[in-house]
Amino acid sequence: MDTEFIVEYIPHYVEAAKLTFRIGLIGIVLSLIVGLVIAFIQYFKIPVLKQIASAYIELSRNTPLLVQLFFLYFGLPKAGICISSEGCAIIGLCFLGGSYMAEAFRSGIESVEKGQEESALALGFKKRQVVGYIILPQALSVSIPALCANMIFLIKETSVFSVVALADLMYVAKDLIGLYYKTDEALLMLVVSYLIILLPISIVAAVLERRLRYAGFGN
Amino acid sequence: MQDLGIRVLFMGNNFARLMEGLWITIRISLIAVALSIVFGILLGMLMTVKNPIIRALTKVYLEFIRIMPQLVLLFLVYFGLTKSFGINLSGEVSAVIVFTLWGTGEMGDLVRGALISIPKHQYESGEAIGLSKWQVYYHIIIPQILTRLVPLAINLTTRMIKTTSLVALIGVVEVLKVAQQIIEANRYTVPDSALWIYGTIFFLYFIACWPISLVAKRLEKRWKTA
Repeated sequence: MDTEFIVEYIPHYVEAAKLTFRIGLIGIVLSLIVGLVIAFIQYFKIPVLKQIASAYIELSRNTPLLVQLFFLYFGLPKAGICISSEGCAIIGLCFLGGSYMAEAFRSGIESVEKGQEESALALGFKKRQVVGYIILPQALSVSIPALCANMIFLIKETSVFSVVALADLMYVAKDLIGLYYKTDEALLMLVVSYLIILLPISIVAAVLERRLRYAGFGN
Repeated sequence: MQDLGIRVLFMGNNFARLMEGLWITIRISLIAVALSIVFGILLGMLMTVKNPIIRALTKVYLEFIRIMPQLVLLFLVYFGLTKSFGINLSGEVSAVIVFTLWGTGEMGDLVRGALISIPKHQYESGEAIGLSKWQVYYHIIIPQILTRLVPLAINLTTRMIKTTSLVALIGVVEVLKVAQQIIEANRYTVPDSALWIYGTIFFLYFIACWPISLVAKRLEKRWKTA
């Protein structure tokens, strides 16, 4: 183990980790939005959009991100649509994450009993109020564990972004292996970087999950 | 008439080669799934053991496997093992090892979840009426957790197939690599082949995974009441 080498190249990893983190964050926020929109399309059963939404979910859940990225980055330019590496990465992550988030929201919404919705309507709530005051608050707390799992999943998925020429952690590690043949050091730093990024999120998710269970909503 | 890039698919044996490439990823995932189910059941049973050391070890294993991106694990086995221990594994073998390690973790957690979902009194009642420990598992516990596990195991298969697309990055010649070869070979004659070939692969993966997900979903629904 060459500690000098490790110290020298830490800044490279920090830069790469920042990139991973930034794209991951943008991707997660966008996919949360997409997921919520899709979940509501399915909940309100909006005619045409509903079919599109379920087609999208099946398509995105059954194809790997790597293939989606290849199509976006190498395929689409041939059809005259050029997207930058970062654009591809974000679109890919959002396309993939949207469906996972939608499923998480949907299972949350389904967990709220139909009786509650009917009682609320009987009490004179508007449909929008039922969603805002009764369904969403309960659905969110139920879907938080799944949402957290999806966030970790999406950050892990960012590891393939080196194929669209983004200098992420994998890219730096591969570079160092190729340039200096310092495989052990490069891989060690790679593992440590991912642990530093993901372990706190995983712990927060576990704590959150435990807290939420205590909250309970009078079953 | 506009020259369509899709014709590159039907030139020579290009399509057959793509399918061969897809079969390699599917083969890796099927082997890994089969091994993961076996080891996963063992791991799941280990995780319900009361011994704190075994519990801690399995927990650390599970957390590590879950937190590390699969690509990092592939790099560790493919590049790391060779450099540090001089063990020279082919890309395919390292892929099988990595996906088995990963699948075992995932499957183990599913088995653990299923095992602890069976109320404790069932074990106790089984023993109270004179069944041996093995008989309790065989006649009472396993039939009940199977209905819960089978859909999840099928789901794991689709995840496995999707994740094995990563093996292209450690030099296994699977569907993406074949695609690159075809595209490079036809760079001048069919310049826009990339769009069509990658589009085709997109749908090939979809066609490979979608039916499996549908089966999993259907089984899950049917066995929900059990």
